[in-house]
Amino acid sequence: MKHESIEINSGLLIVLTLAVISIGGLVEIVPLFHIEDTVEDVDGVRPYTPLEIRGRDIYVSEGCYACHSQMIRPFRDEMLRYGHYSLAAESQYDHPFQWGSKRTGPDLARVGGKYSNEWQTQHLVNPQSLVPESIMPGYPWLLETPLDYSQIEERMVALKRAGVPYSQTQEEYDANVEKFGKEMADKLHVPNATQVLEDQAAAENWDGKPGEITEMDALVAYLQMLGTMVDFSKYEDGHFNQFR
Amino acid sequence: MSQPKKNKPGQVETTGHVWDGDLREYNNPLPRWWLWAFYATIVFAVVYWILYPAWPYGDSYTKGINTVEYTVEGENGEEKTVTEHWNTRALFTKSMQSSPSALAQQEWIDKVEGMSFEEIEQDPDTLQFAMSVGHGTFGDFCAACHGAGGQGKIGLFPNLADNAWLHGNSYDTIVSKIEGGINGMMPAQNVPEDTIDDLAKYVLSLSGNAEISGEAASRGKQAFASCAGCHGQDAQGNDGIGAPNLADAIWDVADVPGCGDDLGCKVDEITHVVNNGIQRQMPAFGDRLTETQIRMLAIYVRQLGGN
Repeated sequence: MKHESIEINSGLLIVLTLAVISIGGLVEIVPLFHIEDTVEDVDGVRPYTPLEIRGRDIYVSEGCYACHSQMIRPFRDEMLRYGHYSLAAESQYDHPFQWGSKRTGPDLARVGGKYSNEWQTQHLVNPQSLVPESIMPGYPWLLETPLDYSQIEERMVALKRAGVPYSQTQEEYDANVEKFGKEMADKLHVPNATQVLEDQAAAENWDGKPGEITEMDALVAYLQMLGTMVDFSKYEDGHFNQFR
Repeated sequence: MSQPKKNKPGQVETTGHVWDGDLREYNNPLPRWWLWAFYATIVFAVVYWILYPAWPYGDSYTKGINTVEYTVEGENGEEKTVTEHWNTRALFTKSMQSSPSALAQQEWIDKVEGMSFEEIEQDPDTLQFAMSVGHGTFGDFCAACHGAGGQGKIGLFPNLADNAWLHGNSYDTIVSKIEGGINGMMPAQNVPEDTIDDLAKYVLSLSGNAEISGEAASRGKQAFASCAGCHGQDAQGNDGIGAPNLADAIWDVADVPGCGDDLGCKVDEITHVVNNGIQRQMPAFGDRLTETQIRMLAIYVRQLGGN
């Protein structure tokens, strides 16, 4: 092909330009889909429960990711502050993942269980009341806004299309029982979603307002789950190195 | 490249292409140093491919010839050396084991591990190390609730910087609370409305925050009987179950000091606690921190309260 024919044919120029600039992305991304050990083989990682899904939605819609990362890097200082480095497996059901690219606030990948529910609620309402030097804005409306979970089933189906194993049929349910145990499989069954969400909201007094399901309930339930799925004490030093 | 005839001095060569009769394109070759730097990056890339993980193929990738060595504990407790292709996780494992800072710290951690709390208190250098690690750990794991100086927050998180200890101040207690967490619970009391005022004033009178006498005092004292099960007959508290002393000037849940001299406000504070009870949790840190970290943290926390 003559150089001139590319230069004078803008359509062709666009197509060829796109082809060239996508090489960089393709060679970095595509192999990850077929390299065997990209996602570690690890016990405990499961899809989010309905309440956690809504909490995650709020996390995204309030823009928490703009200041908080959810990825602990394999460095000694990060280990000492945040805990074990994050595994790819731990965000395998995240669509989209919340790794983030900037830390204005601390990393949240293992924040689950680090603070009490009261602390999380009070801190989200008014961060400076607990951490005077904090620059995080308050989110007091979360405690006042009833949680809208009317579309929870649709949300789960959408995530299912993206590859998260929520179950709709008996067959899929059975597969989940096999994989995550019966108790968890029940929570991942789409037809149960509304009941499961209400039960989880009532089971623990996430936001200090019993009898009411607020957005705070969902967000705190989500935060308290973060990074708690894998029991790292089961694995010896260096176990996860084999996946790199 | 088509090279037209040499131009006059000061005139830049053109590529030789002519458009529309008289439009020409200057030919400014890249500077030599830039060109060589560009070739150098290509050479660098090839060396990199050989040394480090680089090219994907099938379900694997080229691992490179560079390696990282670290040790793991084998099944029989003996150490064995593992050699892996260069990767950040192996480097991390190695840096946790043998980076200069890890080694320097490990030396002191070994010391702390081999000493009792009393021995550490007697050894200024080890104590200073434990305090400094404790301080850092406190900042990362405790300060969010208890405050950077351990001052806590009335109503939510206990003050660690005063000398009142809800659960006692022995090292063993502090360690076990950090390891296992605390479920702080006072059940809501069903006190009749006509007695609650007397009860509140009676409780306040124990610490000199109110005066109460005569019948009101005896009604209040009678109502306090149901509190005495936990707080004690003399309201001195019970650190076995975390019931605070109500007869001292320190307030943990009801913000009595915040009321100043306003008796009505003080009564409201007490009434609120009595009617609603308390539900507070401290998370368990046994999974997050090592035993030695917790011991050093306990030393730091204990001295916060002046011990």
